[in-house]
Amino acid sequence: MTGTSLPVLSAKDFATDQTVRWCPGCGDYSVLTNFQHALAGLGLPRERVAVISGFGCAGRLPYYLNTYGFHTLPGRALPLAVGLKAARPDLTVWVAVGEGDTLGPGVGALLHAVRRNVDIKILLFNNEVLGLTRGQASPAARVGTRTRTTPHGSTESDLKPLPLALAAGLTFAARTADVDAERLLNVVRRATFHRGTAIVEVYQNCHVYNDGAFDYATDPSIKAETTLELEHGKPLIFGSDRERGVRLTGPTADIVELRDDVPLDDILVHDESLPDPTQSWVLSRMTFPEYPECFGVFRAVERPTLDEILHVPPPGPTRALQDLLAGDDPWTVV
Amino acid sequence: MAHHPRTDLESAAIRFAGDFGDCIQLMGDQFARTSAALGNAVFTAPDLPGEIRSRPGTLGGVHAFQVGFGSSAITPGDYVHTLVAMTPAALRANLPDVAAGGIIVANTDSFVAEEWVKAGYDRDPLSDGTLTGYRVIRVPVTTLNADAVSALKLSPRDADRSRCFFVLGLMYWLYDRPLDATLHWLRDRFAHLPDVYKADRRSLKAGYQFGMDLPGHAGFRVAAQVYGPGVFRRVNGATALALGIAAAANRSGREALFASFPFAPAVELLHQLMELQPPGVCPLQAEDESAAASMALGASFGGSLGFTATAGPGLGNISDVIGLAVAAELPLVVIHTMRCGPALGVPGKPEQADLLQAIHGRNGESPVPVLAVRSPADGFDVVLEATRLTMRYMTPVIVLTDVGLLHAGEPWRVPNVATLPDLRPPASPPPPTPGKPFLPYARDVRLARPWVVPGTPGLEHRVGGLEKEDGTGVVSYEPADHEHMVNVRGQKIAQIAGDIPRLALEGPPQGDLLFLSWGGTYGAVRQAVESLRTSGFNVSHGHLRHLSPLPADTSDVLRRFKRVVVPELNCGQLVSLLRSQYSIDCESLPKVQGRQFLGAELADWARGSFRPRLLSPGVEL
Repeated sequence: MTGTSLPVLSAKDFATDQTVRWCPGCGDYSVLTNFQHALAGLGLPRERVAVISGFGCAGRLPYYLNTYGFHTLPGRALPLAVGLKAARPDLTVWVAVGEGDTLGPGVGALLHAVRRNVDIKILLFNNEVLGLTRGQASPAARVGTRTRTTPHGSTESDLKPLPLALAAGLTFAARTADVDAERLLNVVRRATFHRGTAIVEVYQNCHVYNDGAFDYATDPSIKAETTLELEHGKPLIFGSDRERGVRLTGPTADIVELRDDVPLDDILVHDESLPDPTQSWVLSRMTFPEYPECFGVFRAVERPTLDEILHVPPPGPTRALQDLLAGDDPWTVV
Repeated sequence: MAHHPRTDLESAAIRFAGDFGDCIQLMGDQFARTSAALGNAVFTAPDLPGEIRSRPGTLGGVHAFQVGFGSSAITPGDYVHTLVAMTPAALRANLPDVAAGGIIVANTDSFVAEEWVKAGYDRDPLSDGTLTGYRVIRVPVTTLNADAVSALKLSPRDADRSRCFFVLGLMYWLYDRPLDATLHWLRDRFAHLPDVYKADRRSLKAGYQFGMDLPGHAGFRVAAQVYGPGVFRRVNGATALALGIAAAANRSGREALFASFPFAPAVELLHQLMELQPPGVCPLQAEDESAAASMALGASFGGSLGFTATAGPGLGNISDVIGLAVAAELPLVVIHTMRCGPALGVPGKPEQADLLQAIHGRNGESPVPVLAVRSPADGFDVVLEATRLTMRYMTPVIVLTDVGLLHAGEPWRVPNVATLPDLRPPASPPPPTPGKPFLPYARDVRLARPWVVPGTPGLEHRVGGLEKEDGTGVVSYEPADHEHMVNVRGQKIAQIAGDIPRLALEGPPQGDLLFLSWGGTYGAVRQAVESLRTSGFNVSHGHLRHLSPLPADTSDVLRRFKRVVVPELNCGQLVSLLRSQYSIDCESLPKVQGRQFLGAELADWARGSFRPRLLSPGVEL
């Protein structure tokens, strides 16, 4: 077989001529740039990529990506992507949704896409606020958050996308932040080549309605203390002197000081390939300030995908259309 | 034994009724199958309770299955000629539909005090005068059937299983049907269960013999239809639609994705497609209607044909997705089964009250073509027509049917696949040349934009629910552009009026009275008009398959009649459309009882309402 040389694409090749209409300073800009770089690094031709989006600010992403794209409606991006992938397993299908959509009107569709393990990739912009509708509480708003619709502080418990989706059987879960270019490139690449539903949750700063919500996790001066970088096969250790670790006793995580005579063997070793999702679920629920928040890949396992299953020919002989039209009981009139 | 001659009938309607365990559907189906093979026109209509297995013997649990047959059968028949009542509840629920002087076949073994009480009778309806004016054939079915199969030494329970064939045998005698079609069916079906086959065969023959021995009854002979030549089969509404989807995939050369949420009765399409597994069709069960419609639209974006099916309130759940398909200008076929509403309404009963919702029920100016199925088999052709329009005009299309049509069955001439319409979509646009960017919203002569298959290099583009600039497809909020796009989308759909057949009439092209029907009222209206014309009335019948847009000559045709009457299973929705579009004051004949019109009630209306003004003595019609 002779090799054909694929043209090497750059991030620019994935840009369109459209003016980007996000607020200046929005975290979405860095997600866009990093995503374009990630796509360019994948070696996929542009025409093989389709990006489907929902509503809200994140929904604009396809307009700025020179691939096939479809900007849809609240709650409809995921099922639309499921239908596209079911019909066209040869395409790489990315879905760009905000948490306001996919944990709100789209929450049912999220769980069903995940449980079907459709081979689609979800770039989940999480800014914990409804931006494009001008600053209301999102389903991910943490308790006490004041917004225009929660003037006295939100009292409802917040939904976190990864624990929710892991409970539904998510096969690839990752988290990153808008400003973290290297990690974003890495997890987008891994998600793309994962067979099955993948979620890349991006902590994204909405500097208009929820500015600084993730400063604790992105500020270089403190993030060693507040976050934990997940690495497959490595113990879960964090802190500026890597002096603390995570220990699992029963279903909850404990933070332990390594200097308190806690042997390293007691520290949990990250295993993203565990068939049971419980451990990744526990890690995905760890929330600052009680815990450091975990970034990187929580889980990466394989099981059959819907699009594979749909394209397995049904057992038994297939019947030609003419035969189906005649049915089992035809009669002839001469 | 000497026999009286049989009485000749042009057509008849019989109804089997009983509990879940009485195999009502099986009896009806076998009777229809035998009658069709005999050359009768046959129209079947099951009437199933809304619940799965209600308490036996109660009115709510009565299953019924009507078979209309004869020289012509375009409806299940108006009044029941023979009612088989397996229980008192079956009698009570169905007696109002039996013709005066009609026959009641009563399973006397179940007419015991406990059973009448469950059915709400105070006394035995077989002897208290309830059935005065009917001819009653009393049959202790369980007892006689047990005798018939006694030689097989079955348990009482197994013996009783064959009792429906005893009843069927009796009905075969009553209407002069041969047993062989059912005997062959039984032999094939129960080849692996010889005892069952033997019992059923004995029961069938014993029932027939019971009829031959009945004193004072001679039975009937029903005229056959003159039809053919060709290969025929029986098909119900759901099967015809499912086969239409299979044929649409075949003739368009595109794969079809059918996604649907199991909501009654639309779910029957999903069942059919899962069972048939037609080549080129991928059926998919979705978590809700809007997800289903979105999946179908996603498939269309991918270059496949997206189909979805809804019923009742489901159409409202997907109105946003249909609107999105209008904006994105992508194919999507929505097959909507109307049932009584609002909300859950009366499950399992037909209505036509979703017409205006289908035509107008979306935000913004979002016109879509709307078609309606007129008979069970017609669904096949309507799906092919919807497929033609959805690809040719890059628009979602709504196909309306109703729960009555979905369950009803009729014979269908099996088409030859090769002679079905060629539905290949317009060719993809050529790759762009340097300096000339690809225009995803460039329009052809029909104002349709190109359907690009993702994966095609150089034609990458974005679509979506935001307003666009014509040609480039770039998001645009310019006031003049929005108005232009609204007008272009409107014009694109409006001009379909010139791409569909004219409004055909049965009867004279002008006159005093036109019956105008759409959807499932077709059979009853045609039956009424035929009967009126036979008795000398000058009436015509027009039927609309395309409801939006209407055929281009609709207004001209209607204006040639002094009166236009529109029978509808709603409060006058088509009438309001005709009035607003054409300023023609059509008359509404509404019925919202969850039941189809009877031909006779429409004919009676015409006779009563306008005989004095219309009948022109001496005019040869």
